[in-house]
Amino acid sequence: MKPTAIQRPRRGRHPLPWRAAWHAAVGMVGVVGIVGVVGAIAPSSAQARIVHQERSVYSTILVDQRGSIICMQFNVRRDQRNQSCLDRRRPKVMLFPYTRMMMASLLLNPEPRRILMIGLGGGTLPLALDELLPAARQDVIEIDPAVVRVAREHFGFAPSERVNVVPQDGRVFVKRAAQRGDRYDLIMLDAFTSEYIPEHLMTREFLEEVRGLLAEGGVLAANTFSISDLYAYESATYASVFEPFYNMKPNDSGNRVIIASLAPLPDSAELERRAAALADRLKPYGVRFDEILPLMDTRQDWDPDARILTDQYAPANLLQNR
Amino acid sequence: MSTAPIVYVLAFTAGFSIMSVELLGGRLMAPYFGSSIYVWGSIITVFMLSLSIGYLIGGRLSLHRPSLGRFALIFLGAAICLYPLVHFSEDAMRWVFDRIEDPRYGSLAASSILFIVPTVILGMISPYSVRLLVVSTEHAGQVAGVLYFVSTLGSALGTLATSFYLVLWFEMQTILVTLTGCLLACAAVAGLAARRARVRH
Repeated sequence: MKPTAIQRPRRGRHPLPWRAAWHAAVGMVGVVGIVGVVGAIAPSSAQARIVHQERSVYSTILVDQRGSIICMQFNVRRDQRNQSCLDRRRPKVMLFPYTRMMMASLLLNPEPRRILMIGLGGGTLPLALDELLPAARQDVIEIDPAVVRVAREHFGFAPSERVNVVPQDGRVFVKRAAQRGDRYDLIMLDAFTSEYIPEHLMTREFLEEVRGLLAEGGVLAANTFSISDLYAYESATYASVFEPFYNMKPNDSGNRVIIASLAPLPDSAELERRAAALADRLKPYGVRFDEILPLMDTRQDWDPDARILTDQYAPANLLQNR
Repeated sequence: MSTAPIVYVLAFTAGFSIMSVELLGGRLMAPYFGSSIYVWGSIITVFMLSLSIGYLIGGRLSLHRPSLGRFALIFLGAAICLYPLVHFSEDAMRWVFDRIEDPRYGSLAASSILFIVPTVILGMISPYSVRLLVVSTEHAGQVAGVLYFVSTLGSALGTLATSFYLVLWFEMQTILVTLTGCLLACAAVAGLAARRARVRH
């Protein structure tokens, strides 16, 4: 919401008092400024109501509601992309293309029993996986306890015996899990915001550690970026550990989902067969395979000579701003 | 040539190196301890503590026949103690990681092991520089002021250069090796200046 867009028509409607005030006293300028700001906020709050706002150690968490749709954002700038949204009238439906694409990982392993999720957000994915796979156990790693609290209060997320939430840095958890010898059938990485990338979660060494946590035939799904200079670097980094992978990149989104497996990737006929078997179970979540399957492409469309990101060389945030 | 400009340039380089290493420290430790606020808390604590001890020792050292030659030895010591970070920091962090579960105390322990010694030595440079520069008590405050200005300016530029550009262009190891090289060059410059001063007298 740009304040100027609201102020301009107001000025047009009341040109004389505004100009008079402008000329009358310097002090009035301050008052006019305040009126302008209030005017800018008021109409937007009629559409979207701020339900919750808090400053945590890691970010500013903002929850707002428009109609039945409630969204979580990690910044006070209202034009920022939402982290997570939920339609309270249809709580199962996944509103973001990227969450639906992440669910395509079930095509590679339809019954994962041990799931690791790094980055919680509103908890859309853990909730859906818990409903779909009652036999599965999930470890959900979220660095910010405030995000967990907000997800519980506003997005219906609930830790349970099957869904274990660990408030920790994802990399530290992965290292500890490797030390314990834990293995997972499905690992989902969803720890990046458009504001800030934890750079130690976007290096070859990290991906190697993640790969080491995958059980036989284990699957990785990662929500990452499809724009900026970072794309080539990040793609090359994933390719150095997980080649080949499905590089799911819808045209209308800044998100790209990478899906890889320790097992060889199935051919397209096999994918279609598996999609047909899963389609009914995923339909309530808004996951439509006629939308998903065409995106499951393993072709390289990045510069293969792009430098690989490592623990020694990890300027992901600087690259993303270019 | 008077020795003052040399001392200022060296103090600038020391200030630059301190903050560059501090920033790299955060990245170095992130794979083992994360990049949470407490990791930065550990690093900053260790650096501040080490610098404060370095100031004490440097001031104390300056009482005994201060010279550019000894000044050179401080830089040599800093370079020698910084270099192991390039090869042994991974082992040191793994050792701590295996022993301390809590990443707060883990990062505090690791940053102590990695950074105390080189930072104490780098901290000795400022008070020692003041001693080399001061010729009269009347100007002592002014000299100290200019020195703090120069070395803190070095720190500011070290921070900026490292976080904006160096990490974008180079691997961390490359930056650390280069910083070690700069400190060695400082030692050489101070050593040569010391020899020339001795010849002249």
